Amino acid sequence: MYDREQLREQAKKALGKAAAIGPDVNLDEFEKAPVDHKYLDDNELRSLPEDEQKRLIMAGLDLTEKERGGTYFQKDTAVIHCKSKQAGVEVIPIKKALQELDWIRDYYWKLVSVDTDKYTAAAELDLHDGYVIRSLPGAKTVYPIQACLYLDKEGLQQNVHNIIIAEEDSELHIITGCSTSPHLKKAAHVGISEFYVKKNAKLSFTMIHNWAEDMQVRPRSVAQVEEGGLFLNNYICMKPVKSLQMYPTTHLIGNDAVARFYSIIVGSPGSEYDVGGRIFLKKPGNRAEIVARTISNGGKIIARGDLIGEVAEIKAHLECKGLILNGGVIHAIPELRGYVDGVEMSHEAAVGKIAQEEITYLMSRGLTEDEATSTIVRGFLSVDIPGLPAQLKSEIDRAVAASDETVM
Amino acid sequence: MLLIEDLQVELAGKTILKHIDLEIKPGETHVLFGPNGSGKTSLLMTIMGYPQYKVTGGKIEFKGVDITHSPIDERARLGIGMSYQRPPTIHGLKTRQMVQICADTRGKQDVDVEQLARKVYFADFLERDVNAGFSGGEIKRSELLQLMAQDPDFMLFDEPESGVDLENIALVGNTIAALLQKECMPSKNKSMLQMKRERTKMGLIITHTGYILDYVTVDKGQVLYDGVLSCSSNPREILRCISEMGYEECVRCTIENN
Ligand SMILES: Nc1ncnc2c1ncn2[C@@H]1O[C@H](COP(=O)(O)OP(=O)(O)OP(=O)(O)O)[C@@H](O)[C@H]1O
Ligand SMILES: [Mg+2]
Repeated sequence: MYDREQLREQAKKALGKAAAIGPDVNLDEFEKAPVDHKYLDDNELRSLPEDEQKRLIMAGLDLTEKERGGTYFQKDTAVIHCKSKQAGVEVIPIKKALQELDWIRDYYWKLVSVDTDKYTAAAELDLHDGYVIRSLPGAKTVYPIQACLYLDKEGLQQNVHNIIIAEEDSELHIITGCSTSPHLKKAAHVGISEFYVKKNAKLSFTMIHNWAEDMQVRPRSVAQVEEGGLFLNNYICMKPVKSLQMYPTTHLIGNDAVARFYSIIVGSPGSEYDVGGRIFLKKPGNRAEIVARTISNGGKIIARGDLIGEVAEIKAHLECKGLILNGGVIHAIPELRGYVDGVEMSHEAAVGKIAQEEITYLMSRGLTEDEATSTIVRGFLSVDIPGLPAQLKSEIDRAVAASDETVM
Repeated sequence: MLLIEDLQVELAGKTILKHIDLEIKPGETHVLFGPNGSGKTSLLMTIMGYPQYKVTGGKIEFKGVDITHSPIDERARLGIGMSYQRPPTIHGLKTRQMVQICADTRGKQDVDVEQLARKVYFADFLERDVNAGFSGGEIKRSELLQLMAQDPDFMLFDEPESGVDLENIALVGNTIAALLQKECMPSKNKSMLQMKRERTKMGLIITHTGYILDYVTVDKGQVLYDGVLSCSSNPREILRCISEMGYEECVRCTIENN
């Protein structure tokens, strides 16, 4: 019997515990009380106000659901839409799952410790909701499942817990957008995510963040990948935020398991991002790759990467490239740790500016200086992500194309 | 028409081009010879408008417009284009997109990139980042493909045949000839004379070897020596003179003859 009481006790002890890294957020400034929102049927979902729709589209949400296999939509603390359109995939609000499904206890707080810091503690003590998305053994999904965590209420601290499970031999693609309503200024988001990629399963998780200028964001996520499994984790953040700190971690626990992290971050003035990825390679044949592209446009970006090779016959690479365009700071911290003979690990890091030579080359093909600059920036931000379905690739391309607004 | 009068250019505080006079009429193509470091690339870059090449005297006119101090992109849109010797790599920008850009800025959005690329056997490279890991000869073909999409009225070629293998040299030569409307073969329904009259494209080609002369009918040869245009004559004769006597002698003899 898993014991919510015991988890709560543990959480209470960590309520004052600051995170290991990142600026400390005073959570007392935020409200946690549930906010009521009506559940939306399919038609109501499609007739949301236009400015809201725009924000949602920017975060990768397709309200027509045409090319989506299912939707989870949470506004503030309430689930306002939740369904799966594909056989073999379950989409369930986590509160419902905790009440009705026995098996969830094998996953809830099993990878992330509830007493990691005050944010994990808050997510247990004041859990609002979150999603459980599971692909059943052997199920190969065609369309991605979309999830959206939306903030509408000024001053709210949204506490979310997500569990994602790709069962053996299944294939699951998820796009998740976090966004705020156009009028919202100040709020906080705490999101716990636990990923389970089972034997020979493939999971891609693409997260697009679209926050507001005075937002505090503290995601906490850990993944575990079994033998032959593949975990593809993409992260895109082009919009301002007050402070965002996350260090998602993946454990490759089976032979030949693979993890790849790609992140694209554009740092606006007044924004602080401390973002990284950490991958433990624990079994022979493990492969890991972390690729980060960051642009500072006056903001502060700390780009971390940590690869830990614990056995021989593993291969890992970290690539962290930054461009400083209009002031700001990029601090790249790539780390490699090899614990035995026979690991193969490498990294390349570079922080610089756009080469004048590239701008003039494009200008001699007829582009103005501004057009040339944005063409180069878009190129810099476009990374090839193998194994990503076309719909998700185009979502990323669209987000990158929209970066012009922020960058220029 | 391109008209350069008494042009003087500084690079990094040093005078690298002196008293350059040059006139290229519509339909004409000139080749530019000169020893290493004599300023050939500098002249092309100055015509294209690279700001590090500082014009300290004289003027450049193109199509009757004084472009001496115009920015690069304005010159490009006016119809000047360049094939570079060592262009930079642009990561994340596909060759296909680059070719499309070339066409777009000249108002030819409906260009068939695929079909153009096939003409220079470059279709397989369209999905690669511009110049990323291209070999010497591949860079030349990529540059030519961009010019084909851009279709400028005046084209600058910086050593288009250097580093190109014997088989590809014909491809490069014939492509340049086509770009400059200088195909040696008369077409069925037009006489050579008629073709010549209808020519409008202009070219300036830097060459060390003169191989390009086998494919492109060139009107004039120019020799740049120590920043000075020292001779203007029949390109074949210049080439013979340089190979027999070397640049120094060649320049002296023609100066005396003039
Ligand atoms: N950035 C620079 N700073 C100082 N001098 C330079 C710079 N770039 C070029 N030069 C000099 O300018 C002169 C002309 O160079 P340019 O490249 O125009 O010669 P070139 O005739 O094209 O030679 P090549 O046949 O070798 O290509 C050379 O002496 C060269 O060293
Ligand atoms: Mg040169």
